[in-house]
Amino acid sequence: MFDLERWQEIFDTIRKNKLRTFLTGVSVASGIFILVILLGFGQGMQNGIAREFEEDASTSVWVWPGVTSKEFKGLNPGRRIQLRNENFEYAGAIYREEIEYQSPRYFVNNVQINYGKESLAYGIQGISDNFQFIENAKMVEGRFINAQDLSNTAKVAVIGRKIKKDVFKEIDSPIGEFITVSGIPFKIIGVYGETEEREEERIYIPINTAQKVFNGADRINNMAYTLPPAENFDEAVAQAVAFKEGLRSYLQQTHTVAPDDTSAIQVWSALEEAKRYFSLTGNIKFFFWFVGICTIIAGVVGVSNIMLIVVKERTREIGIRKALGAKPWSIIGMILHEAIFITTISGFTGFIFSMGLLEILGPHVEVDYVVNPSVNFNVALAMVLVLVIAGTVAGFFPAWRAAHIHTIDALRDE
Amino acid sequence: MIEIKDLHKSYKMGSNSLHVLKGINFKVEEGELVAIMGSSGSGKSTLLNILGMLDEADSGSYDLDGIPIKNLNETKAANYRNKFLGFIFQSFNLINYKTALENVALPLYYQKMPRKQRQEKAMKYLEQVGLKEWSHHLPSELSGGQKQRVAIARAMVAEPKVLLADELTGALDSTTSYEVMELIQNINDQGNTILVVTHEPDIAQMCKRIVHLKDGVIVKDEKIKQVRAKAHV
Repeated sequence: MFDLERWQEIFDTIRKNKLRTFLTGVSVASGIFILVILLGFGQGMQNGIAREFEEDASTSVWVWPGVTSKEFKGLNPGRRIQLRNENFEYAGAIYREEIEYQSPRYFVNNVQINYGKESLAYGIQGISDNFQFIENAKMVEGRFINAQDLSNTAKVAVIGRKIKKDVFKEIDSPIGEFITVSGIPFKIIGVYGETEEREEERIYIPINTAQKVFNGADRINNMAYTLPPAENFDEAVAQAVAFKEGLRSYLQQTHTVAPDDTSAIQVWSALEEAKRYFSLTGNIKFFFWFVGICTIIAGVVGVSNIMLIVVKERTREIGIRKALGAKPWSIIGMILHEAIFITTISGFTGFIFSMGLLEILGPHVEVDYVVNPSVNFNVALAMVLVLVIAGTVAGFFPAWRAAHIHTIDALRDE
Repeated sequence: MIEIKDLHKSYKMGSNSLHVLKGINFKVEEGELVAIMGSSGSGKSTLLNILGMLDEADSGSYDLDGIPIKNLNETKAANYRNKFLGFIFQSFNLINYKTALENVALPLYYQKMPRKQRQEKAMKYLEQVGLKEWSHHLPSELSGGQKQRVAIARAMVAEPKVLLADELTGALDSTTSYEVMELIQNINDQGNTILVVTHEPDIAQMCKRIVHLKDGVIVKDEKIKQVRAKAHV
């Protein structure tokens, strides 16, 4: 390996057989390149999907009422289900142990929102103090609605960062400013931020205020919960499913809904969805690995093929060298040394190019479901080594055979 | 220098066995220039391959400078070839991507001689065959005669005990053949032992002794009066 004479001999050979060297190199480098890019995108998809789920608390459970689709106990299908405060309170009482945070929601409709003379077109939702944790909203300025606002039916509002950017761009802080909702003034007490802009286009007010001021009586539009963290993912999913089923059957009973009517009461659990998506990303990752490994195998076959041709092409030369006194092992060594040298250099070239591409372009990739495609350095490096070793092993057999061909046969090879 | 006793060799051709050498006995002294003559299929190339340790005999003994050549493994055979023998082939067998100088220096590489020394020595031998100016040309840029001279320089460079030439003029026209033979005679005059396999009588006449081979046996072994190639050039 450290024999200078051998290196000179190999550099001579490489320099004088540029096309052969180039073709071998390209096949190895492109194999590594494709593999790294593929693995990078697999990782990018996983990152992207993980980001989608950062928006809400990962253990959140949401309840929407809908329209019955089945006849039950003499009631016709097509009946709209309306959730009420008592449903929320009762559910909160029976699942006291299981719930971490809970909040009802009331959507205020058909109102005119104004800031000074400007008319605003944003949704208003009545929520409770815990909603911040369920939505994973981060306070940018001021505070969120608290328990006191609820008990005082305070006329206060929390706005999203996007609203601040669009409406309150001329003042330093919207805190303390007033907006009017159907003529009733609400004081802005806080600005929240979310990971997605469309979720920053809401105005939150205390639910008690919303129901009283905007004629909501005890109606609520949906209910949101989070569950306490569990030991592991599977346990958390099981917990979420049990809670979801219990909640649904309670609501179905009180609203006289058939137990198999899926459209009347809809309960959505982020964890269950997450599980589906995580198994999907798992499958995608597996797929990319599969394709990647096939690429590597193709690369190995390509390298072996080239080695076979190289050896075949050099049979006569090998015969000459043997006639001049080359020992079998020096022939094998020469061929392998050259093969290892070329595959290593070109393998690392492909490695550096693909890693560089991912490093430079990766952070700028912002397509839906693909975020920051990147690849584990060690994994990619291991792939290069695998290819080099495979190329060596693949080159060994033809080299071995070539070194043991009868010298006369080798010399007759035209 | 070379002593062969009762050498037999047969080749398997499918189910048939072709008996090529049927008991060869002969001896070559140091400094001899021997032509081995015979028509094609007479076994002369096989004999040369066995002498060159490129092939092994089925039975019989072969001593080279007092060293018995038998049961050689590849490594040992490679060593002996490198030290004791120089080959000259009909088709030159130069490595086409190496220059004349590098081709000549190759046997020294396998003796692990340092590069610089190797090239100096190779240059000396190239000069001896009159190709000093062509040292950095590739074989494809040389004429047939020049290629054969490079091959001769390469065979000589390791200072072997015996030079083995297989139809060395087979691919050359007669003028060039005589030039090459003149070179061979000069090398022989310096005391080197040379064996030439040929089927051309005029080439054989330029040696000092002719061994006639027919159907695997020596039919005639005669010392002749050497014809100097110089007279024909």
